[in-house]
Amino acid sequence: MPADPPLLAVRDLCVSFPARGRMVPIVEHVSLDLHAGEIVGLVGESGSGKSVTAMALMGLIDSPGVRVTGSALFRGRELVGMPQRQLRRLRGRDIAMIFQDPMTAFTPVYTIGWQIDEQIRAHEKLSRHAARARTVKLLADMGVPDPAHMAQRYPHQLSGGLRQRAMIAMALSCSPALLIADEPTTALDVTVQAQILELLRRLRGTHGASILLITHDMGVVAQTCARTLVLYSGRMAETGPTEAVFDRPGHPYTAALLDAIPPLYGPRPDRLPAIDGIPPQPADRPAGCAFAPRCGHAHETCLPAPPPPVPIGPGQQAACVLPAEGTPLPPRGPMTECTA
Amino acid sequence: MVALGVLALMALASLLAPLYAHDVAHTDPFASNVAGTIMLDGREVDIMQPNDNPLHLGLSPIGPTWRAAYLLGADSQGRDVAARLLYGGRNSLLIAAGAAVLCLLLAGVAGIAAGFLGGVVDTLLSRLMDIMWAVPVYLFAISLSIVMVSQSVRLGPFVLHADSLLIPVFIIALVYVPYAARPIRGRVLALRQAEFVTAARGLGVPVWRIMLRDILPNLATTLVMLGPLVMALALLAESALSFLSLGVQAPQASWGTIIQDGEGLIYTRPMVAIAPGLAIVIVVLALNILGDGLRDALDVRDSGRRAS
Amino acid sequence: MMAALLRRTGQTVLVLFGVSVLVFGVFFATPGADPTARIAGRNAAPQVMEKVRHEYGFDRPLPVQYAIMMKKLFITRDLASYTNRGQAVVPEIMRAAPVTASLVCGAAVLWVTVSIFMGTLAAAMKDTWVDRGLMMLGLVGISIPVFWLGQVANLVTQSRYHDTWLFSWVPGLGYVPFAQDPLGWFRALVIPWVVLAVMFIGIYSRVLRHDLVALAGEDFMRTARAKGLSPMRVLLRHGLRTSMVTFVSLFGLDFAQLAGGGALLTEVVFGLPGVGRLTYRALTMLDLPVIMATVMYSAIFVVLANAVVDVVYLFLDPRVRDAR
Ligand SMILES: Nc1ncnc2c1ncn2[C@@H]1O[C@H](COP(=O)(O)OP(=O)(O)OP(=O)(O)O)[C@@H](O)[C@H]1O
Ligand code: SF4
Ligand SMILES: [Mg+2]
Repeated sequence: MPADPPLLAVRDLCVSFPARGRMVPIVEHVSLDLHAGEIVGLVGESGSGKSVTAMALMGLIDSPGVRVTGSALFRGRELVGMPQRQLRRLRGRDIAMIFQDPMTAFTPVYTIGWQIDEQIRAHEKLSRHAARARTVKLLADMGVPDPAHMAQRYPHQLSGGLRQRAMIAMALSCSPALLIADEPTTALDVTVQAQILELLRRLRGTHGASILLITHDMGVVAQTCARTLVLYSGRMAETGPTEAVFDRPGHPYTAALLDAIPPLYGPRPDRLPAIDGIPPQPADRPAGCAFAPRCGHAHETCLPAPPPPVPIGPGQQAACVLPAEGTPLPPRGPMTECTA
Repeated sequence: MVALGVLALMALASLLAPLYAHDVAHTDPFASNVAGTIMLDGREVDIMQPNDNPLHLGLSPIGPTWRAAYLLGADSQGRDVAARLLYGGRNSLLIAAGAAVLCLLLAGVAGIAAGFLGGVVDTLLSRLMDIMWAVPVYLFAISLSIVMVSQSVRLGPFVLHADSLLIPVFIIALVYVPYAARPIRGRVLALRQAEFVTAARGLGVPVWRIMLRDILPNLATTLVMLGPLVMALALLAESALSFLSLGVQAPQASWGTIIQDGEGLIYTRPMVAIAPGLAIVIVVLALNILGDGLRDALDVRDSGRRAS
Repeated sequence: MMAALLRRTGQTVLVLFGVSVLVFGVFFATPGADPTARIAGRNAAPQVMEKVRHEYGFDRPLPVQYAIMMKKLFITRDLASYTNRGQAVVPEIMRAAPVTASLVCGAAVLWVTVSIFMGTLAAAMKDTWVDRGLMMLGLVGISIPVFWLGQVANLVTQSRYHDTWLFSWVPGLGYVPFAQDPLGWFRALVIPWVVLAVMFIGIYSRVLRHDLVALAGEDFMRTARAKGLSPMRVLLRHGLRTSMVTFVSLFGLDFAQLAGGGALLTEVVFGLPGVGRLTYRALTMLDLPVIMATVMYSAIFVVLANAVVDVVYLFLDPRVRDAR
């Protein structure tokens, strides 16, 4: 692990929204470190607060009455509570974001090229011509065929995969140090997914970007991320090096997620074991461990308060009472089948 | 809430019109009273008085007395404007409410038929609405009025006399049908896709039962939401028609006809036209606020917007 | 694209036909009413009645009557007023059209600029007092009957405060042709413009604000903010530009309706001899040919304007461009 300070250090990030007269916590006490050149995975079911975490880092949540606390140091600068004026200068230039649905993420009435040019010219003093030249080059880098021509097309005229490539090109247009990719492949079909992931993995080398990759797909994490953070119902369930998390999950939720990955090789089981039940609504999270209602190992010690994350290995932490009680989950063995 | 209160107050006031005219003001709002006099501060005063305004020669009616009789003055025929205002309000509100109900009824039938039956019926009805919408609303209403007001209309066993209040009701309801039918049709289309309707169809429940039992109750929200808005439009339309002498016919009054009476007096006795206009503005505003509030309260669609 | 234009033209022709049938029906096929007497005017002599009956073919089947009427309106253009000593109707409308056009265009410029400003400002200041105030103002505007507002405006500018510095420049009621005196034209129309625009300012600013606020939750608006654009730029270049698509379609409809005679009340109150007032005058004399011709004219105008709006749409929204 590199010794220099992390590019992004998040500590105890909490986000809550007002609803029916009280503040409902959506994201609670999330901490993570992201070093230069690293890809970190943020995993969780739908509604677990992944997007809210990302939006909070970008300062993009503008719902009235929202409260964001904790700290997020980006290159030593505090993002939480930073005035919008300064945030704006970071956004798009130092931290860029890719969104889940490329269908709706572009403004429909402008060409792709116009929108990428716009971002470049928002941050750098560049002529229209020079900006367009860079746009075309970026599109070519992202594997868009006939980029000069594609730049003149409108979003609806492009396929989903091309649009997502254009989205990535736009995100990279000012060479950001950090790229937040919020489920960049969820809306795409499988073959295109693989291509986009491949593209993201290569970015580290070609554009020197660190990536916070948000996904609900453990398979994607296994193939892409050096470290992983598992979110359950707005709280950290487990975090650590991907390999360790996959080999020796410390949290029953992580283990259940891993069981739900279809094996890439070998015979496929008839049915994947799914996790019974659904996550609790943010407004009525249990007082204790949020996973308790669905957890096969739940017992009294889980119920009074949310278990704090405890170290269970080098760089690995799990928010579960089991390791401390001396009954950790059994290791699953080295992750052979999942690595790419 | 304030809006509802204002509406109730206005309705109540106009319901009490006869009471006011007979027992408070002691004036007859329908009979010409050009030669009449009233007692003001113990002196007898002519209702029609000479005036010195260069724009309006001859006699002009008395201005607001701010007393029980002729509170807001008299119109050009010496009638009590305040009393007429109340009577007129009764007609205006009745016509507007009647037209709104009838309009929603017609639009509901058209919208349900178009949205639920689809196909040819939908195409035909939608085209018809397009065509009706192509004629400016007021011109359409005026055309219909001129035909109907100039002589009685016979619709089968029904005879609508030229001075019947039902004529403006009918006309206004008709011209705003396209306005209301469109959202209703959209709502029906959405409902038709809804799971419970699909399920009912799968079970072989007859179409008319689905319409009555499942679609109509669900449409109620849309209808309730449209109600005040259509009534506001209807009230404006009624006043415009009456202003053009094509709505409520003399000697009956409505706010529109009173404004028309006041037109000739606008420079000398502006109160005759201003008072009914203000009444219209207040009621229409209250209706619009009510409609707005209902829409916000009933429309659940975008109340749950999320950040992602 | 070509096929789309052709289909659009076909639709337009169809609607035009439908409108003409509707108008014809309203005036000549209403049950229990004899159109001959209406055209001839009140208390017409029997010979005149006979002449009218023959000229319009009222003794023949309805489709023939329809055909005759359309011929008189569009081909021979000799539809004439009976009550007004045979004055031809179509040229009359052509004379009135520029007045209506002046009134409506000026009002349109006013209401579009003011409502864009109001709507955008309210959306930018969402949920503040400025927003609430502007929207309430808009609602008041929607609730005022235009003819009454016109009267009150006349009262203020022509009589009560006419002699103060504020309104002494307002000329008497009536119209001054632009070619004759541009400044006079302008002065004569300013007050009518404002009065006519008030209601539309109310409607448009509210619609625009609603659209902009709804758009703020869209993905592409979030993208635009994530790009590091200023809030102003996000609102104007991305939000407002996208809202313009609905704005324009709404505008097209209203503009067409007004230009087609919907401004009748304003014209009457301000004594502007436009198409609307022509209708009104005909109406007070029950001059059926004139009324029918003006209604037909306006309906046609509306339909054609709608077709134009659709074409403008093609330029505003690239999605529509490809979809057809
Ligand atoms: N602006 C907001 N106001 C109130 N609640 C919100 C807001 N935005 C998100 N939420 C709530 O926060 C929770 C987490 O949402 P989030 O979008 O972060 O989930 P997610 O993990 O990104 O899920 P998905 O995989 O579906 O994208 C949800 O329950 C959602 O309802
Ligand atoms: S704390 Fe208890 S309930 Fe929660 S995951 Fe661990 S064992 Fe299960
Ligand atoms: Mg999300």
